[in-house]
Amino acid sequence: MQNPYLPYPVRIDDIEIATEDKSLKTFKFVFLNKEDEEKFSYKAGQFGELSVPGKGEIPIGIASSPVEKGFVMFTVNKAGVVTTHLHNMKVGDVMGIRGPLGNWYPWEQLEGKNILIVGGGFAFTTLRSSIVYMLDPANRSKFGTIDVVYGARNPGMLLYKNELIEWEKRDDINMHITVDGTTDPDWKYNVGFVPPVTEAKAPKGDENTYAIVCGPPIMIKFTQPVLEKLGYTHDKIIMSLENRMKCGFGMCGRCGIGKELVCKDGPVFTLDQLNRTPREY
Amino acid sequence: MKVIKIDKKHWAGGIEKSRSAYRLFGPVMVENKDFSDFEELNAGEMPDMTATDTRTSPKSICFPPEEVMMEYSTDETRDDCNLMRVPVKDYSPRAVIGIRPYDAAAYLIVKKNFDTPEYRDPYWCDAYAACTFIGLAVNEPSRLDFSTSTNSGPFDESGLDVLLVDMGGHYFAKVITEKGAAYLKAAGWEEAAGDGAEQQIEELKVKAERMIQTTISFDRIKEKSIMELHGADFWDDAAFACINCGTCTYVCPTCWCFDIQDETKGKSGVRIKAWDSCMYPLFTIHTTGHNPRETKVHRVRQRFMHKLKYYMDKYEDGIMCVGCGRCVRSCPVNIDIRRVCQSMNG
Repeated sequence: MQNPYLPYPVRIDDIEIATEDKSLKTFKFVFLNKEDEEKFSYKAGQFGELSVPGKGEIPIGIASSPVEKGFVMFTVNKAGVVTTHLHNMKVGDVMGIRGPLGNWYPWEQLEGKNILIVGGGFAFTTLRSSIVYMLDPANRSKFGTIDVVYGARNPGMLLYKNELIEWEKRDDINMHITVDGTTDPDWKYNVGFVPPVTEAKAPKGDENTYAIVCGPPIMIKFTQPVLEKLGYTHDKIIMSLENRMKCGFGMCGRCGIGKELVCKDGPVFTLDQLNRTPREY
Repeated sequence: MKVIKIDKKHWAGGIEKSRSAYRLFGPVMVENKDFSDFEELNAGEMPDMTATDTRTSPKSICFPPEEVMMEYSTDETRDDCNLMRVPVKDYSPRAVIGIRPYDAAAYLIVKKNFDTPEYRDPYWCDAYAACTFIGLAVNEPSRLDFSTSTNSGPFDESGLDVLLVDMGGHYFAKVITEKGAAYLKAAGWEEAAGDGAEQQIEELKVKAERMIQTTISFDRIKEKSIMELHGADFWDDAAFACINCGTCTYVCPTCWCFDIQDETKGKSGVRIKAWDSCMYPLFTIHTTGHNPRETKVHRVRQRFMHKLKYYMDKYEDGIMCVGCGRCVRSCPVNIDIRRVCQSMNG
C-alpha cells in the first residue's frame, strides 16, 4: 500500500479567474508522472488535498469530471494561508495533490432516477463535476430528468458561466440559474434566493427523485423545508459537508462528527444519516 | 505456554547482549525530575523496572510527539524543487522492555486507527512491526489503575510478545509469540522455569487483580444512541472545571489525534506529523472563523464521547481506554474519566 501522505507531483497548467471579485480562481493541474493520473481515478463528489510545500495542504472538492481526461481541475476560494499562496502561484509551478479522498455521490443508487441539483455560491464545484458526468453521452441515458437550481449573489459571482449558458440551451437538462440581485438590464434568468426558486421550479419529490444539495449553511437551512414541502424524504436529500481536515483519510481525528469522519466516511451524507449525527460541522 | 526463568544476576548481561540485534526502549528516570518516561536506552543504560507508570505512555515509540514525514526544497534552481521526499527511516528491530500490559493493549486500539483496510500510516505501522513488546506484569497496581474493567488488566497478555513477572530474585518470562521467543534467545535467556511457574504467575495475577480498587461499567453506554448521549444534561457539569490544557490527551496511551505542519527554514523544510488535541479550539476551527466545537463543553464532550461511545460504535469494540489512570492522575482540575463514564452509563 502506498504512503497516503505523499502527494503526487503536479504542474499548474492553467489558471482562470472564476468570479468577478477575483476571490476564486480555477486551477488546472497535470500530473508530472503520467501513471499518477491513473492512480488519481476519481468519482464526482470526491475531494483532493492540494499540497504546497512550506505552506501546507487544503482539502478542495474536485471540479473536473471523471469523464474529462488529461487534467484535474479545482476552483479555490482565497481564504487562508494555503489558498492565498495558491492564488499567487503561476502557470508552470510545481506542487502536489493527494487523493482522490472521501466518498462520492452515490452514482449507482442514482442510476435510473431523476436528479435535482441545488447549489449556491462557491459550492458548485463537485456539482459541476456531477453535471458534466451525467451529461456525458455515455451516461446521460442512465438518468431521468436533471434539474439544476444554482444561485449566486450576482451574475459575476456565478462559477463556470460559459458552461451554464451552454447547458441552458440543451433540452436534456433543466437549468434554473438565479442571482440574489443584479443591475444588468439584459439578465434573462431568475432573480431571487435559491430556496424560493427551488420551490417554484424544482420537480416534486418522489420515490424516483433525489436532491443533491451543496451550498452555504444559510442556503441549506432555508432549502431543507422547501424540499420537505416538495415531498423529498430525508433519505433522498444528499449533502456534502466540509470540516477542518489534515490527513484526509480518517486518521488525524479532527473532522469527526459523532463516529463518522467527514473526510473518509463522508463528505457525502444523506440528511437521514446527518439526523443521527451530532451537528458538529 | 513456555516460561523462562531469568535470574536477576543475568538480567543486565542479557539486556546488553540483546543490543547487538535490537534497539532498546524502556522506562528511564528523567534527569532532575521525579518521574520516568519511555525513551530509547543509550549504550549501557538499563530500563528502570521499578517505574510503575511512566508519566506519558509508551505510544511515543511508534507515534513520536513530532515526526518528520517528508522533506522538501523550495529552491527553484533545484530539479526537485517543491517535490516531497520521504527520508530514510530506521525500522530495524526494537525491543520495548518493561512496557506495562495495559499500555501494550493500548497499541492494539491505536492500530485500528493507523492500520486500516483502505489506508495504512506507514510511519506508525512500520515502527510497530519493528517492535517486540517485553512487558512487565503489574504486581501492585496503583490506586488509579482500573484496567481490569477495560478488557485489559495488570497481567494482560493481549498486546505483548513476552510477559515478565517479577518474582523477587528472578523474573519469569512467559513467551507469548515467536517474536518474543526470538528476543529472549537474543538475550541469552533460555533456562526453562520448570513446573509450577505458570501456577505461581496465576496466583500473582489473581492477587494483583484483587488489589484494584475501582471499576467502571459501560454496558449501558452501548445500548444508548449517540444522539441521546450527546444531548445528555451532564456535560456542563463534567466540563465545568476543565481548562482545556490538553494534558489528558498527551499522557493517554490511546489518544491518536495529530496535526500536520510544514516547517521551513530558508529554502528547505520538513512536513511533520505532531500530536494534537481535541481540547484545543484550533483543532477544529474553519478558515471562516466558524468552529463546530466552539466551547470547552463541546470539546470535553468530544473527548469522552470519542473514547467511550464513538470508538465503541465505529469498531464494535470495547472502549478506547485501557484504565491506566494517567489522565486522572495528571488532570490539574481533577476531572475523572471514571466519573464521566458512570454518568454516561447511568
